[in-house]
Parts: sequence; structure tokens; C-alpha cells
Amino acid sequence: MLATAAILALGVLSVGLLLALVRLVRGPSLPDRVVALDLMGTLAVGIITAHAMATQQPVFLDVAIVLALIAFLGTVAFARYVERRASS
Amino acid sequence: MSDAISAVLLLSGSMFMFLAAVGVVRMPDLFTRMQTTTKSATLGAGCMLLAAAFYFGDLGVTTRALAVIAFLFLTAPVAAHMIGRAAYFVGVPLWEGTIKDELQGHYDLRTHTLISDMPVSPGQASDLSPPLGSNPKGQLKH
Repeated sequence: MLATAAILALGVLSVGLLLALVRLVRGPSLPDRVVALDLMGTLAVGIITAHAMATQQPVFLDVAIVLALIAFLGTVAFARYVERRASS
Repeated sequence: MSDAISAVLLLSGSMFMFLAAVGVVRMPDLFTRMQTTTKSATLGAGCMLLAAAFYFGDLGVTTRALAVIAFLFLTAPVAAHMIGRAAYFVGVPLWEGTIKDELQGHYDLRTHTLISDMPVSPGQASDLSPPLGSNPKGQLKH
């Protein structure tokens, strides 16, 4: 039962990743793209968790920790860049 | 039993994250889009990690899952705040149905400081009344 749920969750999250990609490509301004990229990072954390449960490998949760950290740092760096570019 | 709990948590979490992705595509402007990504996506990720904690039932895994949840809940608002601030300075347009922009005239665009009671030029926003109980000299460094 849980394997089915994990596969279903992986499918739903993949569709979500595609929707975020649509915003990343279309996004009229740079902050829109940064928001879409941030959402893709969070979706990737969810995908890794579902994959860890589907394959019964809890080691993948370490990857989720690192990915959450990297996504946050990337978002903050992009925000600083956007703001600095605006003020110069 | 724990299988059922984690399956429900997994499916509801993925549904929250999917709705966040739908919101990012469908919402009309940047600030409403940011609302879906911060709240809904963080809640969805929290649900999925809780599902993993229930499923594996191991102390190490539970600790790691709780650590990721705590980290996400701490960092998502900070990241959203920074993007929103930067976008406001860049001048990303608001949705045309926006009723009130409470930040209008309160940011010094050159020094990037927030001033709670800034003199507003008459043509800019005549209907803006100073907020109640505001400190005239109050100035917040960012």
C-alpha cells in the first residue's frame, strides 16, 4: 500500500515540478523566476523523501537536508543580487 | 497502522506541494505567487518528512526528518521575505486588483531603509493617512 502511495506522490510531484518549470520559463521578471526556483528546491526535497520511502533507503534523507540548505542559500544569494542590481 | 498514517501524510503532503505549483502558475502577481510557495509548499514538505519519520520508525531517521522540518520552517519565511523586499525595490508590478499597498512611501529607495512616517508628496498618494500610533521618528534599519 505504501509503495503505491509513494509512486502516486512521485507522479504528483513530477507534475508539480513541470508546473514550476512553466513559471521559470515564462516568469515576466527575475524575482518570479527566483520564486519558481525556490519552489523547485522544495519539490525536490519532497521527491527525495518519497524516493527514500519507495526504495526503503533512509540514507536519502541526508540528501534532503543538504538540498534544503543549498536551496535556501541560493534563494538568499539571488535576492541579494536582485536588490544590489536595483540599487546600482 | 503506521503504514496507513504515513501513506495518508505522504499523499496529503504531495497534494499540498502540487497545489503550490498550481498556484505559482495561476496566481496573478509575484507577491501572491510567493504566498503559495512559502506556505503551501513548506507545509507539504513537512507532511512528507513526517510520513518518512512514521514509516521508518527509527530514532536516527526521525531526528533527521525533524531537523529538515525545523530547517524548512525557519528558512522559508526568511527567503520569501528577502525575495519580496528585493522585488519591491525592483518595482515588480502589483496585481491590478490590489486595494492597498501599505509599504507605499515608506521605503527610502536610495538608502533601503524603512521609515514608518515618511513625508508623502501630495501628488503621489493623497489618500494615504499616517498609520495610527506610529512613531514619527521611528526608523528601522533593514
